[in-house]
Amino acid sequence: MPEQGLITSAQNTWCPGCGNFTIQFALRNVIQELVKEGIPVETIVLVTGIGCHAKMADYLNINSFYSIHGRTIPVATGIKLANPDLTVFCCAGDGDAYAEGLDHLVFGAKRNTDITVIVHNNRVYGLTTGQYTPTSPLGFKGRSTPSGTVEEPFNPLALMLTSGAGYIARGTSRKMPHLQSLISGGLKHKGFAFIDVLQICASYFNVSTLYDWQGYELSGHDPSDFEAACRKAEEWNYNSDSPIPFGLFYQKEKPVFEQMFPHRTVSPVERKERIRKILDAKR
Amino acid sequence: MAEFSVLVGGKAGDGINSAGLLVSHLFNRMGFYTYMYFDYPSLIKGGHNFTITRAAEHPVGAFRERCDVILALNQDSIEFHRDLIHDKTMVIYDSNRAKAEGQGVPVQDILKEEQAPGVMGNSCIIGAFCGAVGIPFSILEEVFRRQIPKGLDKNLVVARRGFDAVTPGRILERGKTGPFALLSGNEAIGIGLLNGGLDAFVAYPMTPTSNLLHFLAAVAEEYPLTVIHPENEIAVILMAQGLAYAGKKAAVGTSGGGFCLMTESFSMAGMNEVPVVVVMGQRTGPSTGLPTYTGQTELHFMLHAGQGEFPRLIVAPGDNGQACAWSSLALSLAWKCQVPTVILVDKTLCEGIAPLEETADSMPVPMAPLPISGEGQYNRYTITETGISPLQYPPVPGSAIKANSYAHDEAGITTERADIVSQMTEKRLRKAATLKQETDRLTPVMVYGNREAMTALLCWGSTIPICREVAGDRDFRVVQPIVLSPFPVEALKDALIGVKKLIAVEENAMGQLQMLCARSGIMVDAAIRKYDGRPFAVEELARRLKEVV
Repeated sequence: MPEQGLITSAQNTWCPGCGNFTIQFALRNVIQELVKEGIPVETIVLVTGIGCHAKMADYLNINSFYSIHGRTIPVATGIKLANPDLTVFCCAGDGDAYAEGLDHLVFGAKRNTDITVIVHNNRVYGLTTGQYTPTSPLGFKGRSTPSGTVEEPFNPLALMLTSGAGYIARGTSRKMPHLQSLISGGLKHKGFAFIDVLQICASYFNVSTLYDWQGYELSGHDPSDFEAACRKAEEWNYNSDSPIPFGLFYQKEKPVFEQMFPHRTVSPVERKERIRKILDAKR
Repeated sequence: MAEFSVLVGGKAGDGINSAGLLVSHLFNRMGFYTYMYFDYPSLIKGGHNFTITRAAEHPVGAFRERCDVILALNQDSIEFHRDLIHDKTMVIYDSNRAKAEGQGVPVQDILKEEQAPGVMGNSCIIGAFCGAVGIPFSILEEVFRRQIPKGLDKNLVVARRGFDAVTPGRILERGKTGPFALLSGNEAIGIGLLNGGLDAFVAYPMTPTSNLLHFLAAVAEEYPLTVIHPENEIAVILMAQGLAYAGKKAAVGTSGGGFCLMTESFSMAGMNEVPVVVVMGQRTGPSTGLPTYTGQTELHFMLHAGQGEFPRLIVAPGDNGQACAWSSLALSLAWKCQVPTVILVDKTLCEGIAPLEETADSMPVPMAPLPISGEGQYNRYTITETGISPLQYPPVPGSAIKANSYAHDEAGITTERADIVSQMTEKRLRKAATLKQETDRLTPVMVYGNREAMTALLCWGSTIPICREVAGDRDFRVVQPIVLSPFPVEALKDALIGVKKLIAVEENAMGQLQMLCARSGIMVDAAIRKYDGRPFAVEELARRLKEVV
């Protein structure tokens, strides 16, 4: 498929400088890479929530399910259950994945469905014009908290580690090739892959300098070491001025949820036979 | 024998439901129609549970206010049901645990002597029942063999002791029907869904549809069927949406509280046109209400659930035959017309046990979806005259299949353009009209009783069997809309031609079907309502009917 073919003709309405552009082009490149490796593009499915990130469904010319706020993961799980041969990934916002639909994130990891969840974590609600999110720093002044938030952010990486996710990474829209490799790794991981993408919001929370100056790429870290992953995840708590590690924190292959279920369609003749048998046992 | 009512009572945890089911099977094997009502509080062990099995030579679907036999495993089972006892009632009781006039059987002593576990007390008292009313032991043996998977020999020994411990009655004359498959309404719905081509069922447990989840989960492996119990009802309906998007026919089960959580996605299904079927078992509300009792209070909730305007299919079957057939049809129609669909039932139907006279071969054949026509790129929301766009699932080479909860164009790309928004709204309106044509072809309104009678009962859902029975005694007509959305106005008006007095019978306080009819100018002359969580008893409805006619 030609490069132009992966981007639709829908008019792009992200703000100039938005971190979503980086994620979009990283995704396009990863999809091209998958296609080159022999995965037909029509077997790739994107599920999005609601928010600026979710426009990805309109902008990428691939199968998509533009869901409602917070609700990507159960839809993706259903798609994967229906057809495990599909490559399914979610683009979710931090409001989607960490607030409205947090339950699904925990259960997605617990189930180990073979999907990749990319969280566009700009740490602010953009489309609703600037309110705090679960990962905004303490004291964040938004339109719903004009005097600053009084809650500390939580750490989604630590949450994913305790929930059983088998692929846990953090990237940033400020480092596209690195992000691309994390997304590619997530899509190829057999099981639940989680990628927190620290992304700037050009209009409401532009912290480019923070991610550029505090951020560093993990090196010499063993992603199979759970305790080391926990220590690395705790290094920055989404609030402090500590260095911010980017990279693959943890990876472990485990049995995949949808492989535990039957994937054979029952023929009309078999269906009648089965029903006859069930009814006979009730006589 | 015209008919026979048997109450089985005991503590929660005594296996009363299973015992009642065995009594139903005994009559089923003896050639009678049966109906069983199961009454239980919301707790696991200790409270009072009872079943009433009614057997007759004609189909029955409700209990009476009198019982012919009471099988009492404890004193409560006699004391709580004094009102059901009449001068010919025979009480068969565990004489180690209760005192009564009747036939005492030392159930606990027998269990001890036979070194049998406590739960086999049921088998003992059922043995005594057969002995006392004249059901041959060979029938009991046959029923036990078919229905008791574990510890059959010991159960038979204990039952024989009970059988021999009572004064034998006359031999019960055999009836002429059956034996039928005895199913709960939940099971009849499950069979209907399977027959309609169900691939997957997703549910979070909630009375009264938990047993639909249990039934389908139990058959899943052998069938094979995908059955999932996720974190909550929001995930339930969304997983069903994902399954449907990728080509599987999926249904979900819940009750009112769970459906509250599903409404946002129900509206999404209206917009994204990804089909979903919700089995919605009503119980007594509002809120947690009486979790294990019945009601017909969610009709207007179902009619209006979800933001925005979109076509929806709501069917309300009232007995096992209707439940099986309409669950099958609802699944077919949901996919054919791509609409969110509700099978609206209640605790009475879901957990009552009755025969299913249909066989695997007499059930409706699943409807075929619209053929895919044209070449080139596939558009998920192609505008058509019927309002229905051909449904395709990924992977389709050369096409991106885009489902969207936002207002969208034909390709599924978000749009805010006024002209496209209007066109798509009109497409959905045309789809509503197409859906109505489909349901109008399927006998959406049933008429029973004397079709010429000038007095008619108007009812919906699980009150249909009792309305048929009571109206039959008075030679009245009974009219039951099964499809409630799109509302079959013309068919209903036809069914009511010649009616001078129309009486609505509903198990709610506000007259929800009555209100729905009034919208179409169909006015009710009298209303009989009940809202204590219990279904009408036959005599009760007859009395209430006498008050108004």
